[in-house]
Amino acid sequence: MRYAFFPGCVSRGGAPELYQSTIAVAGRIGIELEEIEGWSCTGAGALQESNPLLGDTLNARNFALAQRMGLSIMTICSTCQGVMAQARVRLEDEEYRAQINELLAEEDLEYTGGIQVKHMLWIMVEDIGLDHIKSLAVKSLDGVFLAPFYGCYIVRPSAALEYDAYPQRKIALELVIEALGATAVDNDGKTRCCGFPILTINERNSLAMVAKHTGEAQDLGADAMVTPCPLCHLNLDGFQSKAARQVGRQINVPILHLPQLIGAALGLDGPALGLNRHIVSSFDVALKMGLRV
Amino acid sequence: MQAKVSVRRFNPDEEQPKPYDQQYDIEVEEHFTVLDALIKVREEVDGSLALRCSCRAAICGSCAMRVNGHAVLACKARVSQHLSDDGEVRVEPAGNQPVIKDLVVDLEPFWNKVRAVEPYLQPSLPEPEAEYLAPNEVMLHLVDVMGCIMCGACVSDCTVLEVDPNFLGPAALAKAYRFVADTRDEEDSKRLGLYNGYGGIWDCTRCGECVAACPKGVAPMDRIMALREKAIESGTPPGGYDGAAYGYRHAEAFEEIVSHKGRLEETMLVVKTLGMFNLPKMLGMLPVGLNAMFHRKMPSPFAPTVPGVNQIRRLAARIKMNKDGAAR
Ligand code: SF4
Ligand code: SF4
Ligand code: FES
Repeated sequence: MRYAFFPGCVSRGGAPELYQSTIAVAGRIGIELEEIEGWSCTGAGALQESNPLLGDTLNARNFALAQRMGLSIMTICSTCQGVMAQARVRLEDEEYRAQINELLAEEDLEYTGGIQVKHMLWIMVEDIGLDHIKSLAVKSLDGVFLAPFYGCYIVRPSAALEYDAYPQRKIALELVIEALGATAVDNDGKTRCCGFPILTINERNSLAMVAKHTGEAQDLGADAMVTPCPLCHLNLDGFQSKAARQVGRQINVPILHLPQLIGAALGLDGPALGLNRHIVSSFDVALKMGLRV
Repeated sequence: MQAKVSVRRFNPDEEQPKPYDQQYDIEVEEHFTVLDALIKVREEVDGSLALRCSCRAAICGSCAMRVNGHAVLACKARVSQHLSDDGEVRVEPAGNQPVIKDLVVDLEPFWNKVRAVEPYLQPSLPEPEAEYLAPNEVMLHLVDVMGCIMCGACVSDCTVLEVDPNFLGPAALAKAYRFVADTRDEEDSKRLGLYNGYGGIWDCTRCGECVAACPKGVAPMDRIMALREKAIESGTPPGGYDGAAYGYRHAEAFEEIVSHKGRLEETMLVVKTLGMFNLPKMLGMLPVGLNAMFHRKMPSPFAPTVPGVNQIRRLAARIKMNKDGAAR
């Protein structure tokens, strides 16, 4: 299966281990990734705040670039997925699309509508199939307890994300976790906000959210949390110790990217998956998953 | 059809009051709403169950509560659509509001916040002879916002209110937008200044919970984003709350970086948002930054430029020019 690959800024920035593990895993499960040349930021919802038209234009441009490749888009970030899905809905309006295409014409690009944009998480469940991944797994993650954490934009608004047509999207992370033999730890925080968007605006509240979610996962006995969102990863991983200090307790929960989890079951080792690049050490959970670290 | 209705109860009159779950097994009809089921429980099984309702038609806003963890109007949610595989539905009081008894919450804080945004028209003087007039077009897009029934479902699920009760919250801020967007109201700059304060528009995380919870299509988050845009565009000063100043700079820096580089660079965004010479804040970020560097997470400052970046710059410049032109 071939996709126009949209890595997103964070996997090329503050979470390079996500990019690295995606590439490592894709090869093993028969996903061919052709990176969209010249892709730009989706705006992450933040640009949409100050300049919605520029946000939609940049997304339309990415869509047009993928269309020129004749491929559907694969994302690896809940936020990119959500922002693209919402832009995609707005760009179904022909008049609006024409207005934006006028801007794109200078680069000889045109977005004709109807592009498919799918997160790697959904591709696992819908295109590759859990049975196939299971058949490729060289070990079972039996006895490993993992708390799913989705990231807002891959959950809401559910209409733009087509939850009605694909009801499994609601539990996709749990499905993948369980398919690999691990136990999904149900937690209240799993579809809540990690606090990242207000990190620089109201750090106290942002950290309170980090402490709440990581603390909950720890209290429920999770060995790690798993997220399809690198922004959640940045906050839950990078700011966990600061958050724990703020609430005056010990919290120590490694945060795994989705492809790191899949890669572990496929027999890739810790360094290949970039597990050594986390701030909260993944050493213990890697050992428990039987990885060379 | 059998249903196990599991209700989170709380009785303040007990000696040591604390919440507990109670399950009622009842027969429900296909058309039953959660409210129908609860009323049946109250009438036939347990008269002590407290809940609030009135219109039973999703109009009055009194029956907001959590069903399977998310806020809904109990009179609008069908039992059959919320039953788990083993025939259970979980009912809890609305979140982020003090529980008075069982499913009844105290709306006092809710109303205080609505009052705090000055939810009334402040037109200019002198008064016209008849009514204040507003053209149809400018009011039309406010229909959804004005459809708010003050049920508090959005407040129940707001992720910021969970950690900070001071936040004005989605319902009050949606109401605030309604007056800023009303052409008859003359106090936009005073209002935007007020909403810039601690607990105002900049504290929202953009999590979308309120949009998902609202039964009336008010989309509070979108209104909050529109208020941010208006605050920036109107040149309203950020005021005394640091968070607002960071919010302004974050929005501007984000646009600037993406317009120039095509992609986001987090480090640059943090520096630009907090301000290069904001020593206390920058020092606060330092341990995380160093740690990230140690784990080889920091992107190289010499990253190659994005192919096509010139085109992105041109697009951004053109859109900005049109926008500034329109604003003038
Ligand atoms: S989008 Fe903002 S107001 Fe709405 S629920 Fe989330 S934090 Fe609260
Ligand atoms: S905005 Fe929607 S959810 Fe919130 S109080 Fe109004 S009607 Fe209820
Ligand atoms: S009873 Fe009036 S809204 Fe539900």
